[in-house]
Amino acid sequence: MAKTLFDKIWDAHVVAPVNGGSEVLYIDRQFIHEVTSPQAFDGLAKRGLPVLRPEKTVATADHNVPTANQHLPIKEALSRFQVDKLTENCEKFGVQLYGLGHAYHGIVHVIGPELGITKPGMTIVCGDSHTSTHGAFGCIAFGIGTSQVEQVLASQCLVLKRPKRMRITIDGELSPGVLSKDIILYIISKLTASGGTGHFVEYAGSAIRALSMEARMTVCNMSIEMGARGGMIAPDEKTFEYVKGKKFAPTGAAYEEALAHWKTLYTDEDAVFDTEYHYNAEDIEPMLTYGTNPGMGIKISEQIPMVAKVDNPTTYKKSLDYMGLKEGESLLGKEVNYVFIGSCTNSRIEDLRLVANYVSGKQKADNVYAMIVPGSKLVEDQVKAEGLDKIFRAAGFDFREPGCSACLGMNEDKVPKGEYCVSTSNRNFEGRQGPGARTILASPLMAAATAINGKIVDVRKNLN
Amino acid sequence: MEKFSTIISSAVPLPIEEVDTDQIIPARFLKATTREGFGDNLFRDWRYHADDSPKEDFILNNPVYQGQVLVAGKNFGCGSSREHAAWAIHDYGFKVVVSSFFADIFRGNSLNNGLLPVQVSADFLHEIFTAIETDPNTQLKVDLQAQRITIVATGASEQFDIDPYKKMCLSEGYDDIDYLLSQKSKIEEFENQQVAW
Repeated sequence: MAKTLFDKIWDAHVVAPVNGGSEVLYIDRQFIHEVTSPQAFDGLAKRGLPVLRPEKTVATADHNVPTANQHLPIKEALSRFQVDKLTENCEKFGVQLYGLGHAYHGIVHVIGPELGITKPGMTIVCGDSHTSTHGAFGCIAFGIGTSQVEQVLASQCLVLKRPKRMRITIDGELSPGVLSKDIILYIISKLTASGGTGHFVEYAGSAIRALSMEARMTVCNMSIEMGARGGMIAPDEKTFEYVKGKKFAPTGAAYEEALAHWKTLYTDEDAVFDTEYHYNAEDIEPMLTYGTNPGMGIKISEQIPMVAKVDNPTTYKKSLDYMGLKEGESLLGKEVNYVFIGSCTNSRIEDLRLVANYVSGKQKADNVYAMIVPGSKLVEDQVKAEGLDKIFRAAGFDFREPGCSACLGMNEDKVPKGEYCVSTSNRNFEGRQGPGARTILASPLMAAATAINGKIVDVRKNLN
Repeated sequence: MEKFSTIISSAVPLPIEEVDTDQIIPARFLKATTREGFGDNLFRDWRYHADDSPKEDFILNNPVYQGQVLVAGKNFGCGSSREHAAWAIHDYGFKVVVSSFFADIFRGNSLNNGLLPVQVSADFLHEIFTAIETDPNTQLKVDLQAQRITIVATGASEQFDIDPYKKMCLSEGYDDIDYLLSQKSKIEEFENQQVAW
């Protein structure tokens, strides 16, 4: 029978059926971090259980770490305690930790792929909703809660109900200045913040195939922002080439054997999806969000929708009030004092090369504080090897050390109350970047252009 | 996990849609390493001013509205996977959240913590909001066994769905770990035949 890519991988991981239609699903890899794991380890300790397969879990500290002076002890006591707790738990339970100071340290969804831990056909979980990032390799990867983190530590399995399947096909060619971030912001603006709920998404079409692996990760990363359980892209030559030679990728005969399996990972021609959407790449422009969920996005050439046109006016007005924006307004020319380039969505070397290429020889506007936070130590090393850090500093940007940083208002990096921040991260919820902060989500190019101009501009009109 | 039985209670209305888990519990309160105490910061930035004084117009600060049931607009619990959101709601004293639509991860996290997500039709949700608006002491009955939610005064009711396995877990106070540990031999058998990538 014709199968979707999702079903091929799911079926290969079913351990046993459960009464009522759920299944016990085997998890190939779990990533953990300091924020959503301590209570899981606590639970194990209380039950007197070991970690069943410690070699299948990898840890890092990313959410609650400073992005400056990482060689010094963490100043804030609660954060230090939480990060120390992770170190302690990893030692006690035998889990590999790439913590602060380690050459492989970084944001959990950046290090998995760059180290070759993430490979096609795997089931991957993490106590973090952006785990869908790993779907770019043709994996079933999704975020879980802490109780489930504990379940995977204890049994390497989860009890799950198979989600519905959705396919989103984007055909055609992107215009210059339009990036994969714009593709996903465009899709979410069409489907809304709940349009994917209950589904696992496969992204397909010529515009997706044309993307690099890192650009594909940006698309899959934000699947949760339309409510989807996860997102995936069938692996192809680009995927195989990307994985090959990575630190933990198979080599020699093992690589060939794995490759033969990876080549079977695609959706069969006659496979049926529960839901399908088709879009044209030519219709996509640089995208911006104007509200307080990622579904509230518009093209750079559009105006903020009128209250009369939406079906939830109370929630909509609350959102515009928070943002200090008006219906019918354009975001072009809006003065912005903060720019954040980083997060698991857009902090990889390709993102930073694009930004460096754009800002090279330019100066940030006087009114702007702009930070660039690499996704990992390896990305930071690569930036330095290519001399991009010098370009960033010469242009007046603050180039920092790896971590989740200002994406989530948890660590020291925050946006002040009432200020706009054009951000390459993934969420524009109220207070996400700090209490009262107003987030406008955009691509790395749009963020760089905002920093240089001190206001929102159409990056397509001044590409290098 | 404590066992879930039938609940009859007044409810707290929150007629806002797309309530994300960053609102339920902001990230800066996720530094704790235990599960307890998150209720104090439930809806922190909607509930308190920056100087920690209560915002009087927020529903949790209005003593007229009390109870073990939170009734909210659609797509409740979207965003971050933080289980702390379910812990905060439960720790505050709610046992049931009613909405016309729940985000997947939040729904799962709730069920793993004895907090019952009851999904009703948009019409019935509207009916509940109206009933509470008319009488803040409106009692709701949530019967897990019968999978039915009833507005006690009018008798208006609706059936709700729940996965049979999760229903058993909630009524018996079991969690998934108990079940997964019972599957250990099957898990080992699976590992033995799986190719290690």
